[in-house]
Amino acid sequence: MSAPASAGFSAARVFAMVLRYWYVLRSSWPRLMELVYWPMVQMLTWGFLQHYIGQNAGYFARAGGTFIGAVLLWDILFRGQLGFSVSFLEEMWARNLGNLMMSPLRPMEFIAALMVVSVIRLLIGMVPVMLVASGLFGFNLLGLGVALAAFFFNLIFTSWSIGIVVSGLVLRNGLGAESLAWTLMFIFLPLTCVYYPVATLPAVLQYVAWLLPPTYVFEGMRALLIDHVFRTDLMGTALVLNAGLFALSAFVFLKLLDSARRHGSLVQAGE
Amino acid sequence: MDACVRRHATRSLHVTARASASPPRGLGLSLTHLLREPRRTVTSPRIRSPIVESHFRSMTVSPEPAVSVDRLVKKYKSTTAVDGISFSLPAGSVTGSLPAGSVTGLLGGNGAGKTTTIAMIMGLVMPTSGRVEVLGAEMPRQRYHVLQRMNFESPYVDMPMRLTVRQNLDVFGRLYGVADIAGRIARLSQELALTEFIDRPTGKLSSGQKTRVSLAKALLNEPDLLLLDEPTASLDPDTADWVRSHLERYRREHAATLLLASHNMAEVERLCDRVIIMKRGRIEDDDTPARLLTRYGRQNLEDVFLDVARGRVETPAAFAEDRP
Repeated sequence: MSAPASAGFSAARVFAMVLRYWYVLRSSWPRLMELVYWPMVQMLTWGFLQHYIGQNAGYFARAGGTFIGAVLLWDILFRGQLGFSVSFLEEMWARNLGNLMMSPLRPMEFIAALMVVSVIRLLIGMVPVMLVASGLFGFNLLGLGVALAAFFFNLIFTSWSIGIVVSGLVLRNGLGAESLAWTLMFIFLPLTCVYYPVATLPAVLQYVAWLLPPTYVFEGMRALLIDHVFRTDLMGTALVLNAGLFALSAFVFLKLLDSARRHGSLVQAGE
Repeated sequence: MDACVRRHATRSLHVTARASASPPRGLGLSLTHLLREPRRTVTSPRIRSPIVESHFRSMTVSPEPAVSVDRLVKKYKSTTAVDGISFSLPAGSVTGSLPAGSVTGLLGGNGAGKTTTIAMIMGLVMPTSGRVEVLGAEMPRQRYHVLQRMNFESPYVDMPMRLTVRQNLDVFGRLYGVADIAGRIARLSQELALTEFIDRPTGKLSSGQKTRVSLAKALLNEPDLLLLDEPTASLDPDTADWVRSHLERYRREHAATLLLASHNMAEVERLCDRVIIMKRGRIEDDDTPARLLTRYGRQNLEDVFLDVARGRVETPAAFAEDRP
């Protein structure tokens, strides 16, 4: 017999969903390999490029690790979002969404579980890559200390917001929208100035860039690696923007879920 | 009690409960109230024998219907999937010597509105207008009050393929807040003969095995209301019979209310105490299988279904007689 219906958020149901994704990951070594593969390829490519440029240009020689740092932080942003969205897509691919939507699982519990799983997937992918970056290029991301924690938190926060919106769009529009999981984040690549300072952008785009939380993180990383200054003001602003973005994305998700209920998309998704 | 009387008693319960599609909110659904309600369907209280009447008086009926659908409409742009239907299914918490629970069949051709109706009852689809209440909660607004007391099974919804049967049941047991999940899984494994493949990935099971696993998931939380969408589709006759027997037993032992959408008329005839036939989003007929056969002058429900689907019998004689 079931326990009485709980009135609000249930950590037990969040744990149930995390367990579900853990079972999937554990059962499939190709899935685990994929989590490591692309970040490793990215890091190696940019690491060797940085090594080459560093030998020939004074500025980059001074800014040791800027490229590798950018690659690793970009991967936190991109893989975090991908981990969130792909876990959601697993339910669509498995035709399990109907079971979940019909269960006592609440949307916010579902989102919380996807957030936890995105961190787990990210760690599985990033830890080996960070170890290789340290061994091969002498870039120790963990050496950034508190700054890394601030960078990580802000980036993963943004990745969840984008993941939530992507999941909502897939929920509303079906699997035809699944490619958004792999493509939507790339608009952030030029706009958030991952590999160059904001000043590089045309003036109009600079306004856009400063509206995006990751911009503050990548600027903060360059300030740390080049000028050896940890810019708490940048991290604070990023956090405030992230809070707003997260609230907005949760609102959008709930609206899309409502729209899916009105248009019958949940039933079609289940079939 | 003999089978005949039991069947009549169950029929009568459905007749009265159906008549009360919109009971006053906050009041108990008393038998007196139900009997006073004007009939809106084709059935007659004449079928209720004195023996059955005495049994009615000894029963305790749950305060709210399991499902109450009132003037329900669902429109998608230019299509009307469900067009103002009303019906009510009694809750199964009946005490006394009468058989507990009920099974109602929802029949109709493709596009008749069965799946949309079930989806609105589950809270997966929002009605355009009208009202759905499940176990006293308005759907989908109050769905989280009752989702732990209901469940569903459909061949069109799968469980994660890579997870083993045990892992899947474990996850869903946690989602439904089942106490002693391991014990419940062990019992269901015995009852539904899952033991042999309980630790095998769900994706590697045969259709029949998957159906049993889906049924186990649907019964994990011992639901008061069980919604079934073609529960035996694509199963061999032996497995299908086995599933039907289990559903009959579950309904009896748990006093559960079952709503079953099916295209298998033999299945409906065997399992259902009441049949609602839908066509183009509307309820075309609503009665017990036996009375449908009598009124349409047919030997089986398949012919009744064809008559309704093809509009061959618009107003059967008995139908007209029964109208108030």
